[in-house]
Amino acid sequence: MYLNINNVSKSFQRRGEQPLRALENINLSIKEGEFVSLLGPSGCGKSTLLSMIAGLAKPSSGNVKLASQEITEPGPDKSMVFQEPALFPWMSVKENVTFPLRKNMNKRDREGAAWEYLKMVHLSQFADNYPHELSGGMQQRVAIARALAMNSKLLLMDEPFGALDEQTRLVLQEEVEKIWLNTEKTIVFVTHSIREAIKLSDRIMIMSARPGAIISDFKVNLSRPRQQKDMALLEEEVMAMLKTEIDNVMKEELQYAGNH
Amino acid sequence: MPVIIKRILFFVTLILIWEAVFLLDFWPDSMIPSPLSVANTIYAGFADMTLVYDILASFRHLLVGLTISLVIGTLLGVLLAKVKTADETLGTMILALQSVPSIVWVPLAIIWFGFSEASIIFVVIIGGTFVMTMNMRIGIKNVAPIYLKAARTMGSTGMDLFMKVIVPASIPHAVTGVRLAWAFSWRALMAGEMLSTGPGLGYTLSYASDFNNMSLVIGIIIIIGVIGSIVDQLIFQRVENKILKRWGMEEAA
Ligand SMILES: Nc1ncnc2c1ncn2[C@@H]1O[C@H](COP(=O)(O)OP(=O)(O)OP(=O)(O)O)[C@@H](O)[C@H]1O
Ligand SMILES: [Mg+2]
Repeated sequence: MYLNINNVSKSFQRRGEQPLRALENINLSIKEGEFVSLLGPSGCGKSTLLSMIAGLAKPSSGNVKLASQEITEPGPDKSMVFQEPALFPWMSVKENVTFPLRKNMNKRDREGAAWEYLKMVHLSQFADNYPHELSGGMQQRVAIARALAMNSKLLLMDEPFGALDEQTRLVLQEEVEKIWLNTEKTIVFVTHSIREAIKLSDRIMIMSARPGAIISDFKVNLSRPRQQKDMALLEEEVMAMLKTEIDNVMKEELQYAGNH
Repeated sequence: MPVIIKRILFFVTLILIWEAVFLLDFWPDSMIPSPLSVANTIYAGFADMTLVYDILASFRHLLVGLTISLVIGTLLGVLLAKVKTADETLGTMILALQSVPSIVWVPLAIIWFGFSEASIIFVVIIGGTFVMTMNMRIGIKNVAPIYLKAARTMGSTGMDLFMKVIVPASIPHAVTGVRLAWAFSWRALMAGEMLSTGPGLGYTLSYASDFNNMSLVIGIIIIIGVIGSIVDQLIFQRVENKILKRWGMEEAA
């Protein structure tokens, strides 16, 4: 397997409370070229898992291996779209997109790549603007262009389309699917949209909350591009599974609030 | 009513009250000179260039001292932010030194450097350095973690990370540091110059006081205040606002 998550647990220390068990015993193997989505209630540890794959955080126990090498550090071989745009405000849009390309491309190639991906996210007109002049959704699109331009084999995306309107979201889903089909990229994708997960993924990991765990490894065997009518049945199935989880989270919160 | 009109009205009123107090003749002219005599003194000073030389000399002291203090302050700030032991030892000392008013350093400077320009510049440097240090330190320590994370996933580490991400991310704090360093140095400069042998605005101020030239005393106080507020508002606040806006730390006005 290409990406192996072996018995990974992660807890965070909290002041005056029990440590928070964010993830417990996560086992997940992902083949090279697979498109895997993580779906689960808010706070179940999706971002935490992604940042451990990115090498930005260390598991409390267990390990994450990429091509048999344990991941200990972040790097450009694992590009990441964060849940928030994470652009550098002192750089123009173009400079942000070319930033990760400085070391292995000359200026012309860098700018060419930036142009290509900015066009893809419909922001080529804004290449010379600064992030603060863009809306939140536009900033997120720049971050997507930046990650795609890096052209890494492993792409981690944390709710990349969360801040976008339905139409832009659909267009970008298609673009990402196209890039994924044309390259051998492995994509780990976090989303709250069941439909989006079904539309794009080979596999959907459904997670439970606190401690986060994978409760279902759901294979999507529909031919691409996927049609709405074929997806409807799966959508209901996944929805039912998630609903139980989200209900559990709410019950737990009510209980905690009741006890304090 | 536009702000500028309000301000003009305010200062006209102030001058009229001043003139009225003067006309009451309650105090001798050597204590309360008329606005006109102050204006004449300022005019004369500019006409015979003495005040111009004073201003130029003061600016030279300030520029040299402030530049040095910014360089030292920046380096010290980086050191404190990056080396924990330095922060825990030198850091506490700098925090203490920051609370010492700069006039306190004047006697020490005179003993070390005599009544020379070096004395003045020394006081100016001390005046600006510590506040720049503390701001630079906070700026570097408070770089948003998300910038560092993003940069690291893009392959930026070590010196590249420091120069390309940490330093630019700390610019808003650095600019505040520069503005405060200027303000502190400007005050320190006057303290240093008052005990010098001239030229300089501070020197002329204490000279005027020795010779009971109240018009000149008030005239120079006005010049010091005007220069201070012009530099602060026209240069530093503008730069600061622009940077804060660009860095997304403030809503566009
Ligand atoms: N640095 C941290 N320190 C302490 N607790 C943390 C930290 N990061 C995450 N957590 C906790 O870990 C749990 C999982 O957080 P995470 O951000 O991974 O959730 P998520 O599944 O991405 O949620 P969302 O869908 O809302 O983005 C949460 O309960 C959160 O409070
Ligand atoms: Mg998240």
